[in-house]
Amino acid sequence: MAKFFIDGVEYEAKAGENLLQAALSQHLDLPYFCWHPSLGSVGACRQCAVVEYRDENDKKGRLSMACLTGVREGLRVSIANSRAADFRKTVIEWLMQNHPHDCPVCEEGGECHLQDMTVMTGHSVRRYRQAKRTWQNQDLGPFIGHEMNRCITCYRCVRFYADYAGGTDLGAFGSRGRMYFGRVSEGTLENEFSGNLVEVCPTGVFTDKPFAKQYTRKWDLQSSPSVCTGCSVGCNTFAAERYGQLRRVHNRYHADLNGYFICDRGRFGMHFVNSDKRIRMGGVGVGDGTFEARGTERVLETASALVRSDQALIGIGSPRASVESNVALKWLVGSENFCPGLADADAAATHELIASIASDACCIPTIAEIERADAVLVLGEDIADTAPRAALALRQAVRGVSFAMAQEAGIPHWQDAGVRGHAQDHRHPLFIACAGTSRLEDVAEATEAMHPEDAATFALDLAEVIAGKREAFEPGTFAARVSAVLADSKAPLVVSGTSQGNASLVRAARDLAVSLKIAGKQSMLLVAAREANSVGACMVGGSLSMSEALARMADGCSVVVLENDLYRRADAGRVNAALRASSVIVMDVLETPTADGASVALPAASFAESTGTYVNYECRAQRFYQTFQPEGEILPSWAWISRLASERGSDPGWDSIEQLTRQCAEQGFAGIEQAGPGSDYRFAGISRIARQTHRYSGRTAMYADETVHEPKSRIDSETAFAYSMEGANSGRQASATIPYVWSPGWNSNQSLFKFQQEISGPWMQGDPGVRLDPSWYLRHEAHPSDAESLAAEGEFRSVPIFPLFGSEEQSARSWPIVRRMPAPFAVLHPQDAARLGLVEGGGVAVLAVGRSCEVRLDAGMPPGVVGIAAGLPGKDVQPHCRTDLSPDPEFVRKMDGEPGVIARG
Amino acid sequence: MSLQERLPLSGRVEEIGNRPVFMTDYLGGAGYEAARIAVTGMDPNEVIAKVKEANLRGRGGAGFPTGVKWGFVPDVEGVKYLVCNGDEMEPGTFKDRYLIEYNPHLLVEGMIIAAFAIQAQKAYVFLRGEYHVPRRRLARAIEEASAKGFLGERIFGSDFSLDLRIHSSGGRYICGEETALLNALEGKRGQPRTRPPFPPASGAWGRPTIVNNVETLCNVPSIIRLGVDWYRNLGLTSDSGTKIYGVSGKVNNPGLWELPMGTPIRELVEEHAGGMRNGHKLRGILPGGASTDFLVEEHFDLSMDYETIQAAGSRMGTGTMILMDDSICPVDLSRNLQHFFAQESCGFCTPCREGLPWVEGVLADIEEGRGQEGDLDVLALNAEYIGDPGNTFCLHATGAIEPLQSALKYFREDFESHIRTGKCSYRTEAS
Repeated sequence: MAKFFIDGVEYEAKAGENLLQAALSQHLDLPYFCWHPSLGSVGACRQCAVVEYRDENDKKGRLSMACLTGVREGLRVSIANSRAADFRKTVIEWLMQNHPHDCPVCEEGGECHLQDMTVMTGHSVRRYRQAKRTWQNQDLGPFIGHEMNRCITCYRCVRFYADYAGGTDLGAFGSRGRMYFGRVSEGTLENEFSGNLVEVCPTGVFTDKPFAKQYTRKWDLQSSPSVCTGCSVGCNTFAAERYGQLRRVHNRYHADLNGYFICDRGRFGMHFVNSDKRIRMGGVGVGDGTFEARGTERVLETASALVRSDQALIGIGSPRASVESNVALKWLVGSENFCPGLADADAAATHELIASIASDACCIPTIAEIERADAVLVLGEDIADTAPRAALALRQAVRGVSFAMAQEAGIPHWQDAGVRGHAQDHRHPLFIACAGTSRLEDVAEATEAMHPEDAATFALDLAEVIAGKREAFEPGTFAARVSAVLADSKAPLVVSGTSQGNASLVRAARDLAVSLKIAGKQSMLLVAAREANSVGACMVGGSLSMSEALARMADGCSVVVLENDLYRRADAGRVNAALRASSVIVMDVLETPTADGASVALPAASFAESTGTYVNYECRAQRFYQTFQPEGEILPSWAWISRLASERGSDPGWDSIEQLTRQCAEQGFAGIEQAGPGSDYRFAGISRIARQTHRYSGRTAMYADETVHEPKSRIDSETAFAYSMEGANSGRQASATIPYVWSPGWNSNQSLFKFQQEISGPWMQGDPGVRLDPSWYLRHEAHPSDAESLAAEGEFRSVPIFPLFGSEEQSARSWPIVRRMPAPFAVLHPQDAARLGLVEGGGVAVLAVGRSCEVRLDAGMPPGVVGIAAGLPGKDVQPHCRTDLSPDPEFVRKMDGEPGVIARG
Repeated sequence: MSLQERLPLSGRVEEIGNRPVFMTDYLGGAGYEAARIAVTGMDPNEVIAKVKEANLRGRGGAGFPTGVKWGFVPDVEGVKYLVCNGDEMEPGTFKDRYLIEYNPHLLVEGMIIAAFAIQAQKAYVFLRGEYHVPRRRLARAIEEASAKGFLGERIFGSDFSLDLRIHSSGGRYICGEETALLNALEGKRGQPRTRPPFPPASGAWGRPTIVNNVETLCNVPSIIRLGVDWYRNLGLTSDSGTKIYGVSGKVNNPGLWELPMGTPIRELVEEHAGGMRNGHKLRGILPGGASTDFLVEEHFDLSMDYETIQAAGSRMGTGTMILMDDSICPVDLSRNLQHFFAQESCGFCTPCREGLPWVEGVLADIEEGRGQEGDLDVLALNAEYIGDPGNTFCLHATGAIEPLQSALKYFREDFESHIRTGKCSYRTEAS
């Protein structure tokens, strides 16, 4: 630590830290643009100038850029010095020369870092009288808007997109006063983290296109802290509403998880909440497999009759429903009649994941810990598709070696260009043993095309070699390289996942991690689960597997299906039979093929309209809070279950989400209530938390076309938040209850630093969420057994490929994601394809699936293996073990982005 | 004293009748003897010590002691690079072009010795893109030297090997800045790097790298061959050696001359350049290219060396001066210069990227009669905040502001009268 002085006041910071970061960590106001906590310093904007003095006798000093000045013992600087202040004001004057005066119509207005810095430095009179430069903008696809005239050339966009996220299609073009940031030619930004440009750009060059399409002012949003439903990482988000519609989701900082960035599936996948396919009112299936809205009171009678009848009642939960709703359903039907709703294979693999979490023998890393790995082996799971934020962390992990090299050369770790230039392509080793080319390949040391089953065998062999129970691999092979690197490493990371539904793969990955730990390493094991609450749902337990539940249905019973489309959990034939023979009550957010076949469908609240808890891949329970009150008859699923219980005359013992959460704590989820405070929480003992900003406008006017009376704010009995701008949000409250960031003078998301203990440190009151101990589940609940292999025959072994856009159920119904969704495809090694006479873009009949799809060629596929797009909307999504393939000359290629039709019938 | 002993850079060219010196002629004038002495008979540190002692200072403009720079290269395993900066884009400067066009082997020999001194295995000549003739002649020299075994594997039968290549620049002034040059060489955007790391520690592709100017490297062979004392005695003042001086502007005989370091300005203008043409009166000079401060009448008797010119408030820079006579409007000249510098900004940091076009725009307004009260304050503000070293990312804008701030100081009345009268008095009715 070093003591240093800013304007005569003594502070302390880590010696060598850059002064800008140190000053911001003290919550001082010092303008900046090009610096970013995750991107380091490059010294491009010159906005953070301070006066630096030689010693205490130096009264004049000289201007220094804080971001490029290392803190050292006795350093003396001034932010307030008039010369420094005047220089900073001049920098703004320079930047504003060409900036358009379009703030009133700009998507960024009111949340613009450039606006804030302009006001902060005091620049107000324009002296520049030459013409402004103008640009032609590009159509960058469905996610990102582009308005280059607003650019202030801070270089943050390319530094994030290319340097940090590995994107290759955004560049800095031109030179001098004519710098252009865009693509070589117009087209969709391909990198899956493009949405972060919206937050990284300090002004309105890169904007959230779906948000802008139905624009509202940022200060008119009503927000709450939420958790992403896109995958099992559980990135923290802010969800924001206006006029009864969820308008946007953006990053909610979490030091251990998502940090400053989320992926595009998370950011743009939320528009399903506003979909016209929402179930907004109770309805029934009318026999031919279509769904008809009837009004909730009418269908509730049918539902009540079903739960009251003597017919057996079972419940099928869901990995995309909250822990609370799952536990409520399990209570309603009884543990022996409850299935957590995962596909058999998924349940078995997820169980292995939970067993790994409970085991002391390996460490399940946070996303931040992933970045500290010094060797990585990815086994059988394309993590870039199934847990993108973790893949982004892997990109940073391999950079670890560059910081060591920089330190040796005396280059500060925050001096980004210097560190990158010095290290060049030196990386920590990352090995990929998967079927199909991963987007991480550009940073991999070596890859080997492997079917997941073979990857499992490979991991077991590796574990034995590391344990010395087996002879070393033949020198020069991929296996020999991997084992040598792992043997050399200090903090190796084994990565796998449950997407393949292969429990033995997860076990093998765990065995490898354990053998590395026994070999004295700080080994880590990252296993991605399939869905936002796969781990939580699995931990709810219950006696029934999916197969057993479907069998019970086929025998004839009543069933409550909680936010689940059974066609995604088992093959269509079995689901059809089960739905036909049983009386089905579905509560769900969107119309699904299952809801179409239901006797009763009830409108369930989405994540944005309800409060609950998800459990992520590391068993971290995270609370999401209701953003807004949905219109119509929509209720959270757990509330429907309460209604059904009272119809049946039983008392559930809860009548609020808070009480239900406490019940969960008693049923295997000990500690879950600490994921976030309940309804009686008040900041400083008195104040609710305001969902609306204090500048929220139009409360009296926004519904004036309906009534001129100011509607009374709804009282929220479920949470500690208020549907109002009255309330606290200083960042000093419980960190799980921060609905948005704002601080005087800092209207943009850059105000975050005022809410952090220090830059990139935890929130003021610590980071939200609580890691649960799953041992209760392991002791008390039935363990799912490994799925039996499907008895399919054929020349090719198949492997499901889960495209990032389209393979997650709900985001696949979000219109911007639909535009990026691939049409169904099959991936083959070029040699296999040539042998069968298949060509890229042509048609192939996949006999085990019984339909044709587009051929893609990938030399990263093992010969004899076919990758089949999985998880896309439709009914035939179950992976098959083997299949034959034949050319389909009749095949007509669908355009990507237009499959958003749900198969019916 | 032989011609070569008096003029180590250009003597051989003169001896053979002002033709390009290729291998036969070069060997006839003791060519490659210095390289042989260094590579086969000296320790690398001995070479560095000798160059230090000789007080050879970088001829690219900054005047940093060359031997000291070489001494910064760490003794580490692996690849090291020597890069010759031949990206000669300073307005009014054409000395490196002369050296490469007429004495290319001198550069090759200098690079062999320098590479040996820092134990670099790879060397590049980063050449201005438009220098086609120099490129062809240098390529021929490299071919000839390779054929003789002076380049390539095991030079002169020693353990030392050197791979020397030419890289033609894509063409930006900023690529003459050594770290921007390295970025461009690596195939990246030609924009400067932050220091630290300095190139000797981490330069091209993250490896130890020395970047030297063409003229600097051309000085090396004779220091090795003829000795430190001889070299130090060549200079007229405290700086050593000879310098290629140049004069452009309305003089009778514009051109380049190799002269003892420290030759007075007046001698350069009156004797070598033949004095002013058509009775024009000399008002100011930019002593070392466009990015140096104006010197005026009171300075014309000064010696052209690093210390003296620095003391007078300017820089010797490249030593090739641009003269401004009384027929040239200082406002128009400033506008022209600022246009150049604004065009050549790499676009990385704000003051340079945005400030220089503003300055150019204001100067254009003043020159075109649209000047307003307060414009000189805007210029002064920009000059102050762009010009202070450290305010910008590199020294491009600092250099750009030098002629402007000195013009505002020495020729202020011209600026004021433009604004006052709303026109440029240097313009005749016809123009």
